[in-house]
Amino acid sequence: MARTPADLVGAQPDPPFEITFDGRPVVVLPGQTVAAALWGAGILAWRTTRGGGRPRGAFCGIGQCFDCLATVNGVPGRRACLVPAQPGDVITTQEGHGHDRLGA
Amino acid sequence: MTDSVPEPTGSYDLAVIGAGSAGLAGAVTACELGLSVALLDSSPQPGGQFYRHPAPALGAVRPEALHHDWSAFSDLRRRLSASDIAHLTGHHVWSVAREADGSWSVHAVTGADGTAERPVRVRARALLLATGAYERQLPFPGWTLPGVVGAGGAQAMLKSGLVLPGRRVVVAGSGPLLLAVASSLAAAGARVPAVVEASGYARYARRPRVLLTNPRKAAEALVHSAALLRHRVRVRLRSAVTEVHGTDRVEAVTVTRLDRDWRPARGAGRRIDCDALAVGHGLVPQIELATSLGCATRVLPDRTLGLALDDLQETSVRGLWAAGEAGGVGGAELARTEGELAGRAVAARLRGGRGAGAGRTAGLRRRRDRMRAFADVMAAAHAPGPGWTAWLDDTTDVCRCEEVTAGRVREAVADLGARDARTVKLLTRAGMGWCQGRMCGTAVACLAARDGRGEPPAERRPFAVPVSLATLAALDETTAPGTAQNNAP
Ligand code: FES
Repeated sequence: MARTPADLVGAQPDPPFEITFDGRPVVVLPGQTVAAALWGAGILAWRTTRGGGRPRGAFCGIGQCFDCLATVNGVPGRRACLVPAQPGDVITTQEGHGHDRLGA
Repeated sequence: MTDSVPEPTGSYDLAVIGAGSAGLAGAVTACELGLSVALLDSSPQPGGQFYRHPAPALGAVRPEALHHDWSAFSDLRRRLSASDIAHLTGHHVWSVAREADGSWSVHAVTGADGTAERPVRVRARALLLATGAYERQLPFPGWTLPGVVGAGGAQAMLKSGLVLPGRRVVVAGSGPLLLAVASSLAAAGARVPAVVEASGYARYARRPRVLLTNPRKAAEALVHSAALLRHRVRVRLRSAVTEVHGTDRVEAVTVTRLDRDWRPARGAGRRIDCDALAVGHGLVPQIELATSLGCATRVLPDRTLGLALDDLQETSVRGLWAAGEAGGVGGAELARTEGELAGRAVAARLRGGRGAGAGRTAGLRRRRDRMRAFADVMAAAHAPGPGWTAWLDDTTDVCRCEEVTAGRVREAVADLGARDARTVKLLTRAGMGWCQGRMCGTAVACLAARDGRGEPPAERRPFAVPVSLATLAALDETTAPGTAQNNAP
């Protein structure tokens, strides 16, 4: 029986790289989204809600729910489940809203 | 085949929106019948949600280990690469418009999450919508806690990113997707202490003919059940997770028995320790591009709305076809069949090749009808029962985006006289946040209808995806006929 998803599909990824989440290093397999990289490190929350300041992370995993909004390299409101992680990315918890870039 | 075409996108016989099973089948069929085809999709890779798979850099040697029927997808992918279809990846279609000459303009924003701000316009004589579905969610106390994820979401993150939300994952909700999700999570190394299904399976048994004529579907269910047995996963029918415990993340869930109407039985539920919960209550067709063009819809047996389609997959708007889950949720094989049917119908319309391949078309129609019948049985069997609203307490968030509680929605209904989702939305802001009601639409409609059985509104969301104001402004400059767009602001 496979012990990890990578075992199951016989993954032979390119060399891993690092990004940071709120200053701490997170190891990423190339090809993973920001959300996948954070899940891989056991991190499930990377924003707080506008109203109650409650923690949230990825929910739908396919770009529909907008619960996974993160601040990526200083830009708020990026859907972490869609954005591929790049070496050296700086991810920070998004507090409250990131409305400025959205017209809808 | 061209990936991520940066340059003028030009004019085609057919534009296909969505590169899942239905869209791929439609695109390759039409192209092989001589049409020029553009295939627009938001993902970097073809396959849609069902055939989602890891990015090439992850080097998956056996991607099929996470899939059923991988060979059907390999075949479509091979035909796509052999074709001259313009495969426009990273294109998030947000609006479709009919031009004065009867052709279609498809507007998209580009980039992984649509923020690259390069507006693109593709023109086509015919349009095929293969936009699929998203997951239906019903709220319950604790469902906003980190570690609670969509069942489809857990599956998607596993298939594309090779990650799990936790080590001990309870899978709950309703519908056949739960079995597939549980068996892939378990195969990938998660412990799945329980699959919690709100319906029974008795309703399938009442339609033996439909089951017998769809042996592949029955076999699929058996494969999943066998996998669950092997991984010692317990399936609890007529039960629901009615509470999630934990402060910053999931620590345990409470599972409660339900009656036939999904009303929780009195008394204590059973507590199951876990660090994640994957939850979903079926799928909802994604049809807003079509409804914004005035396409007729039909109420499906689970009270979601799908597109009303004719015998050859055309919507009520001439020149606009749809295939796959947009017309009702029925799985990848049905989607593929409908896609091919639509591709052939478009080619026959545009090239006037009547009669050619009539036998094949008739066969496809029979297969579609047979699988649609099964899809209807499935939808009815897992339709949310009216009693689910008893899972809520007044402090439960119903709308995740705007943090609108069940108490406030009930107040709008009881004290302020709201009778439908639209009025509740205006009074409470439920459904007015980023996701535009995709997550809470069903729940709000049920609460507004008071009997728990509300029909979701035929939502005309202003945009199918969020679009920056800069993109909207740039649109003014992109309306000269025939110009494909590349003037980023
Ligand atoms: S997890 Fe839903 S949009 Fe990213």
